[in-house]
Amino acid sequence: MERAPWMRGGAFLIADTPAEAVFTPEDFTAEHRLIHEAARSFVEREVRPHLAALERQDWDLTVRLLRKAGQQGLLAAEVPEAYGGLGLDKVSAALISEALAQGGSFALSHGAHVGIGTLPIVFFGSEDQKTRYLPALAAGDKFAAYALTEPESGSDALSARTTARLAPDGRHYILNGSKQFITNAAFADVFIVYAKIDGERFSAFIVERDFPGVATGPEEHKMGIKASSTRPLILQDVPVPVENLLGEPGRGHVIAFNILNIGRHKLAVGCVGGMKEAIAEAVRYAQTRRQFGRAIAEFPLIQQKLADMAIRAFVTESMCYRTTGDIDRELSADGGPADGRDAARRIAEYALECSINKVYASEALGFVVDEAVQIHGGYGYIEDYPVERMYRDARINRIFEGTNEINRLLIPEMLLRRAMKGELPLLQAAKDVEREVFNPSPDEAQGVFAAERRLLTVGKRLFLYTGGLAVQRFGQALEGEQEILAALADLAIEVYAAESALLRAEKAAERGGGRAEHQADMVRVYVREAFDRIAARSRDALAAMEEGDALRTHLAVWRKWTRYEPVNGKRMKREIAGRILAAGGYFA
Amino acid sequence: MNILVCVKQTFDTEERIVIEDGIIQEEGVRFVVNPYDEYAIEEAIRLKEAHGGEVTVVSVGPERAEEALRTALAMGADEAILVDDPRARADEAAVATVLAAVARQKPYDLILAGNYAVDDGSGQVAIRLAELLGWPYVATVIRLMVADGRATAHRDAEGDIEVVAAPLPLVITAQQGLNEPRYPSLLGIRRAAKKPIARLRLSDLGLAATDVAPYTEVVATFAPPAKQPGRILSGTLDEQVAALVDALCRVERVVS
Repeated sequence: MERAPWMRGGAFLIADTPAEAVFTPEDFTAEHRLIHEAARSFVEREVRPHLAALERQDWDLTVRLLRKAGQQGLLAAEVPEAYGGLGLDKVSAALISEALAQGGSFALSHGAHVGIGTLPIVFFGSEDQKTRYLPALAAGDKFAAYALTEPESGSDALSARTTARLAPDGRHYILNGSKQFITNAAFADVFIVYAKIDGERFSAFIVERDFPGVATGPEEHKMGIKASSTRPLILQDVPVPVENLLGEPGRGHVIAFNILNIGRHKLAVGCVGGMKEAIAEAVRYAQTRRQFGRAIAEFPLIQQKLADMAIRAFVTESMCYRTTGDIDRELSADGGPADGRDAARRIAEYALECSINKVYASEALGFVVDEAVQIHGGYGYIEDYPVERMYRDARINRIFEGTNEINRLLIPEMLLRRAMKGELPLLQAAKDVEREVFNPSPDEAQGVFAAERRLLTVGKRLFLYTGGLAVQRFGQALEGEQEILAALADLAIEVYAAESALLRAEKAAERGGGRAEHQADMVRVYVREAFDRIAARSRDALAAMEEGDALRTHLAVWRKWTRYEPVNGKRMKREIAGRILAAGGYFA
Repeated sequence: MNILVCVKQTFDTEERIVIEDGIIQEEGVRFVVNPYDEYAIEEAIRLKEAHGGEVTVVSVGPERAEEALRTALAMGADEAILVDDPRARADEAAVATVLAAVARQKPYDLILAGNYAVDDGSGQVAIRLAELLGWPYVATVIRLMVADGRATAHRDAEGDIEVVAAPLPLVITAQQGLNEPRYPSLLGIRRAAKKPIARLRLSDLGLAATDVAPYTEVVATFAPPAKQPGRILSGTLDEQVAALVDALCRVERVVS
């Protein structure tokens, strides 16, 4: 594939993506919409009537619903057609995840099965493994789980203590150890288990529940996502046939990395569905709850909250589908992937964006459910109202699939690694920005979003300027400067988020219409608020790296770049909220 | 048994209707298969599953109606026809004329349609179609049995159930309660992508513009006025009756 400069993971920091090249929800095909509708219908008819029973952990019901999902094809999207799947694109898979997210934490039972449970075999399974497992997993005859975490090994996944040793017969590995927080453990038939061969070589295995020595512990009593089964998995002298080693011995980290990467992407998409649901609940409540003689939706402070919630959902949706579209382009380039590994490698091109989306989406969801509770007042604290559950359910998203702290450290690390490998001319870009210091502040670009474009250009500049200084200042020791790394991650996240929303609104503006106007308002408000965070974060990072005259010089540059004209956000948010209220929920 | 199902794509029933300059705004609106037509599609597919044959869905509507036809194909219909000539949908008489021409293209045993469309709610098209074809029809059906060239239909007769027997070919309109329509599976959607949708112009149906010249004309389109709160009459019974008669005669002018 001929690559334009922006057509790379992480390239958004140094190159401008043309609006027409970015995938947006306005680009869904008729088939995408039908698939979304089919998944929505499933949730509406089969799952939502049973939310209460699912919360009470009726696993037989969970299994029945998963089987039903299998009959509807909702477990087969990402399994290739050759193995009984549908081999759909990632936009379709994302739309299914987003729709399922409105089925409470049943979404996790579904998501863990189709994602981290099934995909390791799709991407890294041998022909024999794919033939043996995938048709049943795609049809919903068998269910999968993923077992990486251990009691003593969470973020530090490679420190796993579970061992695998080749049995004297040479035909089995004997697995010993225990895994923690295993989603779907109550009913899964197949577990993807990580263990170290001879205590050294980190590897993945396909372990069936029926193998001797496999047991699960008691159900965890969690804060939320109660409809999702979470148990320890205990492996005691479990004989696993050698043909169930997944991938190559000692290469388990490659599988883990790729699966986490996809898991983060899916998590972010699920958060979009969660946000839309919370907004719908908040709107419904605000329109029916009357105080001081009128619906509370009429009060500007409630409207401001609804606008802020909708804007976050819009931004998250924009970035998630942008990344999904990028991944689909990568997957369909040059005649498609040669095999599963190649597919995983292509998806990993956007690993950075997947981490960014995970952090942003989980925090945006946190914000949205928090405000949804707040709009409900005292009733939001009562179990009878769905927002009470949504609030608890949302919290885990900032923790699993790599805590947001781990992901924040990964973001600059991945960028630097790409720069060092010569895959991304980041260091050159940082040098170029240093020269810009002596030039006047960037001019307003042309077009509808001239001021917003300029702020984004400055945002990218501040990232490169701050990042460049950090590399110069600390070199190899930067690894220990976690606060600086997190600040750089935040700059990258804010830039990607704001740019994705801006590109979407630009693309919509080309097509015109009322929705384009609504998107434009959201972007005008959002880009400024994001820019304020970018400016503050970079200033504080500069102050953490330099002092005295050197700092004053940096701050002079900073001041020159960060000056801008504010807009009347109050008025725009009232308009945004008005449209949300008229529509009865989120729309863009 | 070959079945033709008439399908209209309508606004989702939860959509708000925005009228600007006398035109209903469609931008960003979620469209669905008219809910009553969904019952018709489902019933047709069930009859096909029981008796064999083919289900053809037809829509007289704009380009976007293709999505409704795709949904029907994904549910299990075999073929689809879209007549997207704007003249074909000038009014109910025009649509019925076009549908009659479509129905004559193939020997159908049964035509199923929704009781009415939830957007304009005229409820005329299917019955006009039966008249044009000279076929019997049974409206608002909640149960349908077909055997040996005859149909027995239970119809919702304003709260009662009327049982009607009729010979095929026949036009049936579906009422809520006829069945629980399935929603498409992903495999169904994939298969639907490969099924044909024929696009027909008036000329393909042997119709001239004069055949579909409308009998009606839309003079104005406006939203109904906001509902006013009711009025509770007070006083003695006689006073209340007098006030009611007065209101009906002079204020509401529904009685003279």
